[in-house]
Amino acid sequence: MAASVVEVQNVSKQYHRDKVEIHVLSNLSLSIPEGGFVALMGPSGSGKTTLLNLIAGIDRPDSGQVIVAGTAVHSLGESQLAKWRTRHIGFIFQFYNLLPVLTAYGNVELPLLLTKLSSKERREHVETALNLVGLGDRMKHYPRQLSGGQEQRVAIARAIVTDPTVIVADEPTGDLDKQSATEILDLLGRLNTEFGKTIVMVTHDPRAAERAKVVRHLDKGELN
Amino acid sequence: MRVFKLIYMNALRHKLRTSLTILGIAVAIMAFGLLRTVVSAWYLGVTQAAPDRLITRSKNGITFTLPLAQKQAIERIPGVAAVSYSAWFGGFYKDPKDFFPQIAVEGVHGLSLYPEFIIDSAVLDVFDKEPNAAIVGKTTFDRFGWKIGDAVRLTGMIYPGNWDFVIRGVYTGRSEATDLSQFLFNFNYLDQRMQVKMPARAGQVGWWVIKIDDPAKSAAICSAVDKEFENSSDATLTETEAAFQQGFVAMAGTIVFSLQVISFLVIGVILLVAANTMAMTARERISEYAVLKTLGFNGKHIIGLIAGESLLIACLGGVVGMIFLIPLLHGVGVALKQWFPAFIIDPDTYPQAAATAVLVGILAAVFPAWRAIRVSIVNGLRRIG
Repeated sequence: MAASVVEVQNVSKQYHRDKVEIHVLSNLSLSIPEGGFVALMGPSGSGKTTLLNLIAGIDRPDSGQVIVAGTAVHSLGESQLAKWRTRHIGFIFQFYNLLPVLTAYGNVELPLLLTKLSSKERREHVETALNLVGLGDRMKHYPRQLSGGQEQRVAIARAIVTDPTVIVADEPTGDLDKQSATEILDLLGRLNTEFGKTIVMVTHDPRAAERAKVVRHLDKGELN
Repeated sequence: MRVFKLIYMNALRHKLRTSLTILGIAVAIMAFGLLRTVVSAWYLGVTQAAPDRLITRSKNGITFTLPLAQKQAIERIPGVAAVSYSAWFGGFYKDPKDFFPQIAVEGVHGLSLYPEFIIDSAVLDVFDKEPNAAIVGKTTFDRFGWKIGDAVRLTGMIYPGNWDFVIRGVYTGRSEATDLSQFLFNFNYLDQRMQVKMPARAGQVGWWVIKIDDPAKSAAICSAVDKEFENSSDATLTETEAAFQQGFVAMAGTIVFSLQVISFLVIGVILLVAANTMAMTARERISEYAVLKTLGFNGKHIIGLIAGESLLIACLGGVVGMIFLIPLLHGVGVALKQWFPAFIIDPDTYPQAAATAVLVGILAAVFPAWRAIRVSIVNGLRRIG
């Protein structure tokens, strides 16, 4: 059995909204092996995205531990966390979140600007990533010149261009038509099977969840 | 390089808003430069005053005259190199509204105490010989379209009656700041007529012009001159030319102070305009900053993006403002020529305007950047969709 790349141990998280305490995650534990593809499902407010954010190091647990790629993420400072994310996490959003003023090339290159790669090396990485998602001929296109599915593919290229340890995807097909959604899921499947990428995906869509190797259901902050 | 491109592209996102902000900053920089120039022009007489010239006037006030007989006593004071006298004529040419200074001087000797005036030697010869010859500054000469040899009649307000002069020459200045608005003529012409028409006012000068050997001794010489006449009916007040000019500026001190305050208020207005734009921009892009943070960009990067865009807009506004400031000052200078003989931009104004633009760029980014880095990634991402 492969070693765990994501270890969530006894994590609890609560939010305060208008003086009301909302318990989002309660003493939750989750282990994802290297090369795993986990789909997190559950009703709205069940804590799926919160769990994803904790794994991605963009939120902190109130208690418990989050260990990803051997690093205790919850114990890192903001600056260390930012560097860690660049190295280990590729994030795919529901609404793509590309910068409208940059071309597909410029968007994919963004995380590489934080590395010490030369301009030539960056170009090679970006071209590889865009070719992998089938958009090698759309490098100079701006987001407004692309379809939703193409935009999401650019976002996937941006997520994988640094060769991260874990790809986290928050409803990656939630804003796409059926055909585009299928293309994106095929792409994620390839990244997992051909390139061995560990993927954690939040989704409401049962067909998307079917592509995962493991499906976990969250309800009221607890995993079933 | 990529980051600069991103800053540049971000600034162009809302072209109308950015253009209006740049225009607002440009107008404010122009207003700032204009007001500073007006203040400088007001102080020009002070800043351009010769350090080796003293002015002696009646202790009772500038409108009181002093007897010619004081001259020899002043000449005897140690440190005094030359003494001359002048009188304010205070007349007008055709229309009382068309102001320009008319000053009676002690012939060629009087003019020799003002080396900043460039006058042809042939003109000085004529000036010495013709009682009613006049030498006019280039600005006033051009303003009234006079020609050499023109007969000009001035109507006296302090010295009543019509006074006929012949324009015999034009003076220019050794520096751009020299006052070229004066109408200069022989004191003797004035005094001889006073001897006939108003004998009680004959032999009376407006002020003494004293050239001294060493500017470092000006205080002692001022004191010596005034001591010479302190117990007479014509007590004097002697001061450096700069202090004398400062006295005139002080009369309009409140106005000058107000202009200075306004010029700094203008900076405040620029700051608010730029800060408003950057606040709107940052608010709209909170989700993008969250995405950038997710990708690994940290607070310093976000501050750099916001401050860079703010600086770019402010500096563009500053450059546009400074470019258009030149023709603006020229136009205003022409319009106000009679009030400001030398309306030239202070050399410090451009560095001040540039520093103002940079300062505005930085300060305008402070609050938006502070807010952008404070918003957590999770809260920033919630604003998407």
